Amino acid sequence: MEQLKSFGRELAMGSQGGSSKEFLDLVKSIGEARSKSEEDRIILRELETLRRRLSEPDIPRRKMKEYLLRLAYAEMLGHDASFGYIHAVKMAHDDNILLKRTGYLTVALFLDEGHDLIILIVNTIQKDLRSDNYLVVSAALVAVCKLISEETIPAVLPQVVELLGHPKEAVRKKAVMALHRFYQRSPSSVSHLISNFRKRLCDNDPGVMGATLCPLFDLILEDANSYKDLVVSLVGILKQIAEKRLPTTYDYHHMPAPFIQIKLLKILALLGSGDKQASNHMYTVLTEIFRKCDSSSNIGNAIIYECVCCVSSIYPNSKLLDAAIEATSKFLKSESHNLKYMGIDALGRLIRINPDIAEEHQLAVIDCLEDPDDTLKWKTFELLYKMTKSTNVEVIVDRMIDYMINITDSHYKTEIASRCVELAEQFAPSNQWFIQTMNKVFEHAGDLVNPRVAHNLMRLIAEGFGEDDEGADTQLRSSAVDSYLRILGEPKLPSLFLQVICWVLGEYGTADGKYSASYIISKLCDVAEAHSSDDTVKAYAVSAIMKIFAFELAAGRKVEMLPECQTLIDEVSASHSTDLQQRAYEFQALLGLSPQTIENVMPPDASCEDIEIDKSLPFLSNYINQAIENGARPYISESERSGTASTIAVASASQYQHDTSSVHSLKFEAYDLPKPRGPAPSIQSSSMSSLPTISSDLVPVSEATYTTREEQQNPKVQTLADQISAEIGVRLRLDGVQKKWGRQTYSSPSAPSTSSSSSTQKPSNGMVTSETIRENTLDSRKQQIPEVSAEKQRLAASLFGKKAAEKKTQAGTRRPVKEIQPAVATSAPEPLKEDKVIVPAVPPPDLLDLGEPSETATQTIDPFKQLEGLLGPGAGSDVASGPGPSVSAVTTTDLMSLATDMPPIIDSKSSDKGLISSTMTKKGPNVKDALQKDATARQVGVTPTSNNPNLFKDLFG
Amino acid sequence: MIRAVMVISTQGKPRLLKFYQFQPPEKQQEIVRYVYAALSGRPDNVSNFVDADSIFGPATRLVYKHMATLYIVFAFDSSENELAMLDLIQVFVQTLDKCFKNVCELDIIFNFNKLHTVLDEMILGGQVIETNCDQILKHVDDIARIEKSSSTKSLMPKSISSRFGQ
Repeated sequence: MEQLKSFGRELAMGSQGGSSKEFLDLVKSIGEARSKSEEDRIILRELETLRRRLSEPDIPRRKMKEYLLRLAYAEMLGHDASFGYIHAVKMAHDDNILLKRTGYLTVALFLDEGHDLIILIVNTIQKDLRSDNYLVVSAALVAVCKLISEETIPAVLPQVVELLGHPKEAVRKKAVMALHRFYQRSPSSVSHLISNFRKRLCDNDPGVMGATLCPLFDLILEDANSYKDLVVSLVGILKQIAEKRLPTTYDYHHMPAPFIQIKLLKILALLGSGDKQASNHMYTVLTEIFRKCDSSSNIGNAIIYECVCCVSSIYPNSKLLDAAIEATSKFLKSESHNLKYMGIDALGRLIRINPDIAEEHQLAVIDCLEDPDDTLKWKTFELLYKMTKSTNVEVIVDRMIDYMINITDSHYKTEIASRCVELAEQFAPSNQWFIQTMNKVFEHAGDLVNPRVAHNLMRLIAEGFGEDDEGADTQLRSSAVDSYLRILGEPKLPSLFLQVICWVLGEYGTADGKYSASYIISKLCDVAEAHSSDDTVKAYAVSAIMKIFAFELAAGRKVEMLPECQTLIDEVSASHSTDLQQRAYEFQALLGLSPQTIENVMPPDASCEDIEIDKSLPFLSNYINQAIENGARPYISESERSGTASTIAVASASQYQHDTSSVHSLKFEAYDLPKPRGPAPSIQSSSMSSLPTISSDLVPVSEATYTTREEQQNPKVQTLADQISAEIGVRLRLDGVQKKWGRQTYSSPSAPSTSSSSSTQKPSNGMVTSETIRENTLDSRKQQIPEVSAEKQRLAASLFGKKAAEKKTQAGTRRPVKEIQPAVATSAPEPLKEDKVIVPAVPPPDLLDLGEPSETATQTIDPFKQLEGLLGPGAGSDVASGPGPSVSAVTTTDLMSLATDMPPIIDSKSSDKGLISSTMTKKGPNVKDALQKDATARQVGVTPTSNNPNLFKDLFG
Repeated sequence: MIRAVMVISTQGKPRLLKFYQFQPPEKQQEIVRYVYAALSGRPDNVSNFVDADSIFGPATRLVYKHMATLYIVFAFDSSENELAMLDLIQVFVQTLDKCFKNVCELDIIFNFNKLHTVLDEMILGGQVIETNCDQILKHVDDIARIEKSSSTKSLMPKSISSRFGQ
């Protein structure tokens, strides 16, 4: 057997003409490699061989060709072959067309347009573009598309333009593409040649015309208005193609030039967008294409889909819209996942014109949502995202969160988390729901969401519902506290979510008296302990503990210092993080204060109160006046100190003894400082700013330590500002008090910087960065909720009724209020889809008034009547659609059973059956077979067999 | 435009990579790994489309066909039509099949330069220029004939399998 094998190998090598024996061996050994590292070793050895060979002198050119292909192969497998690039460039110079083509191919594979070696090949390209042999010209044009960069365009541009008139259509086509490529690289370099594209549109060869559509599409995408004149001729072309006037060589699966049709439809969609006149020209031809297209083939459906896109983009025409809707519903009802995908996409386009279209297809949409196909699911979520309203937001976001929990891909997770947040912020029906939703999002994707979202959530909890309903706010907060205490039990929570939890617990943990202070504190200590490496979370936890202590002490209760809390504070006050240290010291300082002071420092539930900072500091004025009377120099503001306002400075400082004739911005006289001893002289001496001195006088503590601390803390505050802006507020209140105590806050050496930082920190709750944005969204949200029209509500309810009903029957988890309103409308699609036979009488619209439970009886009697009302255009726009408290479950189940009894609608001619379905069905059982074939194929190098390893047989057999 | 054409074996080995926007080799490998992971995780009987936003940029998609031991994958952006791309894969495979007389994976490995030639006739600069199988084949044969006349001896086998078939 072994002998036979080796014999076979000899034979095989012989048939390779000898030269590619090594390549064959290489491929074979790579195929047999058991691990990635083994494969790497083989290729590295191969590259070493090639490097040695290539450095030999006088390599035969044929050999060189093979070496280059082997290099390209190695590079395809991910190894660096840059040592051979220069040989590829050299080979492109060769006169032999075979070698030249290999050279161009490898150069195009190896080099990008910015590579240093490109300059060496431009000359060759120029020469080849002038060649008599059209194949050489073609090869050069292919290389041009890949290799010519912005800088080298002028070198070949004249020749490429000349080639637009080449007698061979294949060359003209490629020249058009090359020019298009230049346009993509640098629009300005070919802007004077744009008219050539229009000219080529009239080319005798339809292939060239079709190629010209590609650059035109890009140009029209940029600026549709300059090309409106083309509408008529493009429509003419499309008409001719649709009428099969092109040679049959352009047919594909019995469709005339489908790729050109698709491109034309794309262009027309751009040109007709929002242009009634242009759109008018298109209606006839679009109708015709709809009529003629063969929906049994894949390519036919591609054209139909493109028609739908075009119809949804141009100025709407009701007839065409109907055709588009019909086509879309065919897609959606199809068995093929590909068509369903296209259908969902088309539906997403159509609902932009008329949102009502979706309701007809809700069952299909929901099926797609349940589909095992991730792409289809994702596409469906995109559709749902587009059609979310305040009425269906709960169902949609719930679905999205379920999906989010189940996927692992962080890209999609981030995407869907941000969509959930966006929808929830925009449409949340209640704050309660909003908080619950946010909790879920944070819990499962907390590391992926924007910190802004966390700040918004804190803000929402702090601000509550609105202005009047204090009770509801309290309830909201205590439910938030409840849920957070529960969630804290979970392992692994994202840092951002923990920050929110800490903040809320600190602010409202003890507010309703349900939990004792020590309970909350111990929880917070646990958080800090469990996340000892996360300084931000720790900082939030320490501040939260401080707040709880403050509230309790202010209320006159005694709080026992838990040992774990003491440990935490001790640990934190020795922390490397100055921010943490400061919090710990502030906490310790706070404990020593009287209840009144504490209440002033930390008023309960004041995170949303604005702190008035009176910059004029009136409480100091007495002191200042006194000092001035004692001969101190008055404060001169910065602007006055600078040269521009020198005269004012002179005037105001006139009582001052020094010679002010040469007042200059730098006249601060720091040298006088050591001389005087009393307080008054010290003020006099530090003319820069009277304030620092005053405060240092007031607080006879060693100033040095404070100042350094202040300096350390300042940058910290700024760097952390975003991240912990919610926290700053807490400290800010302290800051305000510090000012009152006259501590070091103002002793910061640079007065302006202090004032600026305090002004940015002024919004007391500290959400400086996001405050305004949030305000807007909040406002808009508040406005939107009452604005939702009755009609919209009904539509959305009908759209997602089924799901809600399903949930009720399956899990029974949903709250009663919510399931009712969708459940009623569940039935919307049924009459449309299957029950055209049953023609129910149009009911009086007041049947829809679900407000009263007593109505249920009537509804059970004839659900369709009510549905008729739902569907009737404009019917019952005056009908109140408030969610009724209860609708009989009978209605729902009735309809559900109807739905399940429905026979599955199968498109009699599902697409591409011959090819796709056969592969699909064969693929399953054939896997083993296929693997075997592959193995045989591998063996080919070893054992010659009489039969081909006919791997594509299942496809083409 | 079409961003890339890839042929990847069901073991995740690249068999043919053609990018219409230059990608450095490391990125190419990353793409192959990503695409393979995305495709091999998909069950049978689902759609042939996959979103590729995270690897090829916004609004890009992959259309693939699983054939025997190979995935044939086209990556493209929003200016193309998914179903049409699926047919383009069909054209590509049909052309290869005619070109190699019952194409197999080994043909593709050994003749990847020929595959590039075929693709260059179909797609140029990321745009489809020819979709007729016979036309493509005619151009490829023209090239082959000239190549033959310029070199007396064929350097690479036209098709491994056809040789063994004799």
